[in-house]
Amino acid sequence: MVVKVISSAEAISEAVKLARPAVIPVYPITPQTKISEKLADYVADGELDSQYIRVESEHSAMSAAIGASGAGVRVFTATSSQGLAYMHEPVFAAAGMRLPIVMANANRALSAPINIWNDQQDSISERDSGWIQLFCETGQEAFDTVLQAYKIAENPEICVPVMVCVDGFILTHTVDPVELITQEEANEFLPPFEAVNAYLRTEDPMSLGTLADPDHYLEIRYELEQAINDSKALIEEVGKEYGDKFGRYYGLIEEYKSEDADIILVAMGSICGTIKDVIDEQREAGKKIGLIRVRSFRPFPKEALKEAVKDAKLAVLDKDISFSVGGALYSDVKSSVDNETYGYVLGLGGRDITPKDIEDIITKTENPTKDVEWIGLRE
Amino acid sequence: MKGVDEKEYLAPGHRACAGCGATIAARLALKALGENTIAVSATGCLEVITTPYPETAWEIPWIHVAFENASAVASGVEGALKAQGKEDTNIVVFGGDGGTTDIGMQSLSGAMERGQNIIYICYDNEAYMNTGIQRSSSTPYGASTTTSPAGKESFGEDKFKKNMAAIMVAHGVPYVATACISHPQDLMAKVKKAAETPGPAYIHVLQPCATGWGYSPDKTVKLGKLAVDTHMWLLYEAVNGQIEVTVKPSQKLPVEEYLKAQKRFRHLDEEHIEIIQKFVDGQSKQFGLTE
Repeated sequence: MVVKVISSAEAISEAVKLARPAVIPVYPITPQTKISEKLADYVADGELDSQYIRVESEHSAMSAAIGASGAGVRVFTATSSQGLAYMHEPVFAAAGMRLPIVMANANRALSAPINIWNDQQDSISERDSGWIQLFCETGQEAFDTVLQAYKIAENPEICVPVMVCVDGFILTHTVDPVELITQEEANEFLPPFEAVNAYLRTEDPMSLGTLADPDHYLEIRYELEQAINDSKALIEEVGKEYGDKFGRYYGLIEEYKSEDADIILVAMGSICGTIKDVIDEQREAGKKIGLIRVRSFRPFPKEALKEAVKDAKLAVLDKDISFSVGGALYSDVKSSVDNETYGYVLGLGGRDITPKDIEDIITKTENPTKDVEWIGLRE
Repeated sequence: MKGVDEKEYLAPGHRACAGCGATIAARLALKALGENTIAVSATGCLEVITTPYPETAWEIPWIHVAFENASAVASGVEGALKAQGKEDTNIVVFGGDGGTTDIGMQSLSGAMERGQNIIYICYDNEAYMNTGIQRSSSTPYGASTTTSPAGKESFGEDKFKKNMAAIMVAHGVPYVATACISHPQDLMAKVKKAAETPGPAYIHVLQPCATGWGYSPDKTVKLGKLAVDTHMWLLYEAVNGQIEVTVKPSQKLPVEEYLKAQKRFRHLDEEHIEIIQKFVDGQSKQFGLTE
């Protein structure tokens, strides 16, 4: 077993190398760039045999990814923030065309004001694009999730692109021990991609990306909705298969000491590490606090969540805001369960989230005064 | 036509207007390229009329994603073909003048600069015809469009059209050409040359549009011929930047004959016709067609 002390950016790159995508179109943007630089190194050193296309924009990165995936090969790209916003149009097209692209998104705030630091507004704003969105807590999870993402996306019954979301800087630029798997193990878990539904082959011509009029559009969108709903079982299945092979299990949600909790915090991404530490302390002080970490934001794990929350009070933490409503995770949780639910918006634009903030949220949830509160606002 | 592939790669029965010049351009280009070809379309007339789901007019593999990104999509297709060891397959992109000279300029520039092995064909009907005849940067001086209408204070479009071929030559594109659907042999020879050229190639095809230009649909080829014969549209190629005229009209007709045949120019007075004539004369001279 190989353990490397690496950043999530490098962990993702290691996983991409093991997945052997044929085409990698990328465009630089902070804090994603560490991923594309590492992949460029692999290609330059002959460690990865991929067509690395240095496109002139993120819009073209996603467009080239669609072209390559449409032609029937495995594709990887990565982006962040403004880059993701810029590729918004082809991001929707990739899902609508049912192409199994895997993209890493290093979560970063959106302009304006321009801000390169972490929050999750960028991928949250693409939640209706038809992509599966998996949020990672650690570098290890980022590594493991990239490999699972291909297996999920490429399933011929699903054919939905997957966005692997990692918190910018907090994960992409900090190092942690990451246990790697070997190429042989990766090949066994993730065999080479074979396009069966859509491809561009001269021996079997097909038209991809055609015009659908009102007689057809509704059904085509419904098929995508069904595929994304069906992917829930697949995400669980692939997470279990991965766990059986490599010892690390994944699903739609992660439950942390939530079983008997009076208050359950619900959150996504790296913040969950801090939350777990706070919960451990609170438990020692006799408070029954738990966490449900939402790993799969799309598909939204309604059923799993409903079962896990029991009758606890819920505090939902969002590093994003849907103005006048609260965080996006908060709205989704609130509409999925009948529990008393409060929303907390925090950490926007990279504002530090401390254990004290988490403790505050717990106190506020014990004695709620508002449905939605912004945490850490300066006077 | 002698020596021309009899097989159709763009099937009839599509939804084009009568007298459509875009489909002539695509049909001829595909005949020149043959079946070992993958086509990429930008959003626009050609895409809309040929692929009403679940039907398609394309007998070769075809992909469309959006308006401005056909060159980037083609770049990805090229990457995939390289990875699959299918480098002998032609990749042809069809973009209208809006999808090429305006919104698609960035992705086209990127693909050409990177040296992607693709053949880009701009089918130029000199306005956004698919959305209803709005002005593009390829709309010629004096043309009345729905967003540059002639009126009391306006003679229509007040800029000369963007010189895309020159822009492509400036990118170092090894094969650049202009063509017109009225000169099919010239067009097909250029497409073949483009396919034989390693690296990127760009062909700018003028294709009259009965709906947008305002003439009877049976005159599409005639309008193309008039464009060439008046020197409004020059047919040439630039191999590694060396420009050579490929069709020299036997007699140069006054631009008025071309302008008067179309509703979009019908409002022009002598003064503006003279401005256009002068511009055209300068071009003919520059290309060595006249002294």
